[in-house]
Amino acid sequence: MNTGLLLPNSFPFVMSTSLNAWSDALSDLYLLGLPLGLVIIAAIPLVFIALYALTYGVYGERKISAFMQDRLGPMEVGKWGILQTLADILKLLQKEDIVNKSADKFLFVIGPGVLFVGSFLAFAVLPFGPAFIGADLNVGLFYAIGIVALEVVGILAAGWGSNNKWALYGAIRSVAQIVSYEIPAAIAILCGAMMAGTLSMQQFNLLQEGPYGFVHFYLFQNPIAWLPFIIYFIASLAETNRAPFDIPEAESELVAGYFTEYTGMKFAVIFLAEYGSMFMVSAIISIVFLGGWNSPLPNIGSVALNDWTSGPVWGAFWIIMKGFFFIFIQMWLRWTLPRLRVDQLMHLCWKVLTPFAFVAFVLVAVWEIYVK
Amino acid sequence: MTNTTYTVIFYLFAAITVFSAVFVVFSRNVIYSAFSLLFTFFGVAALYVFLSADFIAVTQIIVYVGGILVLLLFGVMFTNKIMMTDLKTDVLNLVPGLVLLVAITGGLIYTFLTRSEWFTTVEQLQGSVVERIGFETMSRYVLPFEMVSILLLLALIGAAFLARFDNSAKSNEK
Repeated sequence: MNTGLLLPNSFPFVMSTSLNAWSDALSDLYLLGLPLGLVIIAAIPLVFIALYALTYGVYGERKISAFMQDRLGPMEVGKWGILQTLADILKLLQKEDIVNKSADKFLFVIGPGVLFVGSFLAFAVLPFGPAFIGADLNVGLFYAIGIVALEVVGILAAGWGSNNKWALYGAIRSVAQIVSYEIPAAIAILCGAMMAGTLSMQQFNLLQEGPYGFVHFYLFQNPIAWLPFIIYFIASLAETNRAPFDIPEAESELVAGYFTEYTGMKFAVIFLAEYGSMFMVSAIISIVFLGGWNSPLPNIGSVALNDWTSGPVWGAFWIIMKGFFFIFIQMWLRWTLPRLRVDQLMHLCWKVLTPFAFVAFVLVAVWEIYVK
Repeated sequence: MTNTTYTVIFYLFAAITVFSAVFVVFSRNVIYSAFSLLFTFFGVAALYVFLSADFIAVTQIIVYVGGILVLLLFGVMFTNKIMMTDLKTDVLNLVPGLVLLVAITGGLIYTFLTRSEWFTTVEQLQGSVVERIGFETMSRYVLPFEMVSILLLLALIGAAFLARFDNSAKSNEK
């Protein structure tokens, strides 16, 4: 699947490095004639989502929100409440799995599944460092922003299957929001794709590699790149239903939106999907504008900070840290900004973000063709 | 992966496509039909992947699942009669139907066999397909591309015009 990597204009050093070495080695691993390695490759992002959602996602968000509001947050379970997540899981596992009598049983059950699959499928093209990627498609970025469509169907299935007014309203709001914000998000990402001239995720990272670290990142390579960067960040908040765009689950209006009726592990799966897509949009913005797994530290003379902090393990560290940084900003905004109304949300999307995205598109194109 | 694995996966996706499409047609619940269409679209996208048309496959998911299916689901949710729709399985106009069926199938098979240029050898794809699509769209097929753009723009303006808040009618009422 790495045909896209060998573009005609790819540099010689690109070919010589052992790109995707770990995932290629894993994909050749067979046990009793079964492709065990492929299963492991698929399982690694899954384990990552679970671990990060439980530690940083649940515990981290509670602590961060508490500190922002001058509270202590969970303190009872374990030292500083670090075992709180474990207690939460035990509680969720014990909870009764309620399916409404009047719910559409089939859609109610598959809803969270489709939602999580949609969120998880995007991880197939996410490079965890230079040596590991699920599938290095030559349409990787396009795939990653397109597969969100499956989440939309999952949300609709959950909202409709619940047979509850709040759930249905939440689902419809959520879908309207995701479908609308896909437009500015896609145009902003297209600006990044124009700068790179490729849609392959690994190629994006390689093109932003260099001895001066962050200087080579597209955000600092182009004077207009901050505009699509900000537009994509705002639109990604809406796509993941995060505050200030969390009107699909506005507690004061809709109880909990499309997952009002869900209990126990189904509820946990919906949240896992949300944390998965939160990391995914953060990783996409890091890869397109902030160099992905490249180290931001520059080489200063003989102090080769960039060379010291590059490599497969460092790459995984950097991409995860960049993702976590954007998730931190998402959490920060959640506890800072009030929720938008539905009409304000649509106004922002169609009358502010979309025109500015088009302006950014034209400016980036002009810069790439005539100036650079 | 070995050839057998590919074959198994191919038939798996083909079966998903066909059976979900059959379910779309024969389900008596409109909303199940609409959700079943999801699997049909995904199966078709997977078949595109088997043809090395990965760009088309992703476009298929974006356009059909992200756009058309969501629109369809919204439309279905606004219909009155969702459960227990009567299936129309009567056989009407048997002779004209048969003639039409034979004519269309025969015409298609004839065209396939005589006109299309089949790949008789395995051709290795050179470089990225995305770039080729971009170049072809912007050079050889630029006129159809622009015409489709104008058509879509017209549709967009028309939709916005129809959905517009009618100020004059509102002020006349007062």
